[in-house]
Amino acid sequence: MSEARTYGYYPGCSGMGTSMEYERSTRAVCEALGIKLVELEDWSCCGSTPAHTVDHVLSAALSGRNLSIAESMGLDTVITPCPSCLTNLKTATHRMENPEFRSKVDKLLDKPAPGGVAVKSVLQVIFEDVGPDAIREKVVRPLDGLALAPYYGCLMNRPPEVMQFDDPENPTSMDEILKALGADVVPYGLKVECCGASHGIAQKDVVTTLSGRLLDLAYAEKAVAMVTACPLCQMNLDLRQGQINSANKTNYKMPIFYYTQLLGIALGLPEKELGFDKLAVNPAPVLKAIQEPSHAAS
Amino acid sequence: MEVINITKSYDPDFVAEVEAESEQNVRLCYQCGNCTAGCPYTFAYDIPVSQIMRLVQAGQKEKVLSCRSIWICATCESCTTRCPNDIDVARLMDVLRHMARRYNYNAVPTVRTFVDSFLNSVEKHGRVFEMGLMAAYMTKTGRFWTDTDLSPKVLPKGKLSFKPHRIQGRDEVAKIFERYKEQQR
Repeated sequence: MSEARTYGYYPGCSGMGTSMEYERSTRAVCEALGIKLVELEDWSCCGSTPAHTVDHVLSAALSGRNLSIAESMGLDTVITPCPSCLTNLKTATHRMENPEFRSKVDKLLDKPAPGGVAVKSVLQVIFEDVGPDAIREKVVRPLDGLALAPYYGCLMNRPPEVMQFDDPENPTSMDEILKALGADVVPYGLKVECCGASHGIAQKDVVTTLSGRLLDLAYAEKAVAMVTACPLCQMNLDLRQGQINSANKTNYKMPIFYYTQLLGIALGLPEKELGFDKLAVNPAPVLKAIQEPSHAAS
Repeated sequence: MEVINITKSYDPDFVAEVEAESEQNVRLCYQCGNCTAGCPYTFAYDIPVSQIMRLVQAGQKEKVLSCRSIWICATCESCTTRCPNDIDVARLMDVLRHMARRYNYNAVPTVRTFVDSFLNSVEKHGRVFEMGLMAAYMTKTGRFWTDTDLSPKVLPKGKLSFKPHRIQGRDEVAKIFERYKEQQR
């Protein structure tokens, strides 16, 4: 691996709240892997799904303000852990290639949005710029024998023209990273199926049905835990697992990790920095297996 | 099967409006059904997405804008990714939601209230304030029991702040919303 690379960093609102363990572990892992994060000064919300369901120009303007901040800080690439932020920043950039659309966006902004700022997910940067081979060399606590279900969520790789990363139907970047950590990655056919997104609050049955299916398959494939890269997917599967169990008459106790948490533990980072105590479903049984790889492998 | 007499109810302006706003040619849809086959939300829809495509082609404004599906679609991009004719179906569903708002259709009020509460929070603080968003949603919908079962799980974790994370530039963000609203008038 070459020397530290510097990126503009956009944490996203949930990183300040419900997904603070993702944010914390992302920072810790990036530091350990030589990825330097420069947080965008005074960044604002990208508008998430609500903004684009109301208006595409408004949504792009909310992203535009943040891209402007990156430009004024001299940063040519912005990376974010959150797929929803990612999709908004990338879609805004993509649509603003159309001059007519761009002029509508600029009318909502104090200063015109920049054109030349690239946007990537933290996962993409870890996978492409560091890579599984370099990660494998740094592993000090291998996840030997841990059967994990990799779940990417719907937005990280789709639609392919906009996201430009990995396969839109069967992404494998997170699989490769987890394998480099020593884990067994189970075949997981619902990698990009939607978890029910933000309907947990307004239409709960949608989430209990769709996220329930995701847990059913992880369980059927004998995974001991699921691994996600999305704050909303994680919240639906973890925090709402009790609601899912009552709605579907199941009794799952499946820990739902962020891939950065497991990457961090395998790299030997202190567990405190990785925010395992913030998970709703108790991850202790699985974490114990990591500490005792010989037992887990038997 | 329901029969629609399109010689009487075809609304060409509606088709033109959808096409212009979505930058999509809806006539390209040949009803292969791939979008519906991959849509995770069909079970919760009143009209499957491929039928919405057909109804848009047939200029059925009232039927399309008054349906529940356009509010429940979560923009998971499955339809867009799998369309053999490269129609951005998810973008079209977004545009139908925009139009439903504009023409005062509101088939799933809870979803609309959630979306509005979210954006109000961003407009006010510059970033979304999760606790405030929930409080606003519950107050506006009268659904005071929403997710109260989650409180004992989430509150001890110290993840939810009782105060918004206000940013310096919240006026700049508020101005984006202001200019947007002015344009809508």
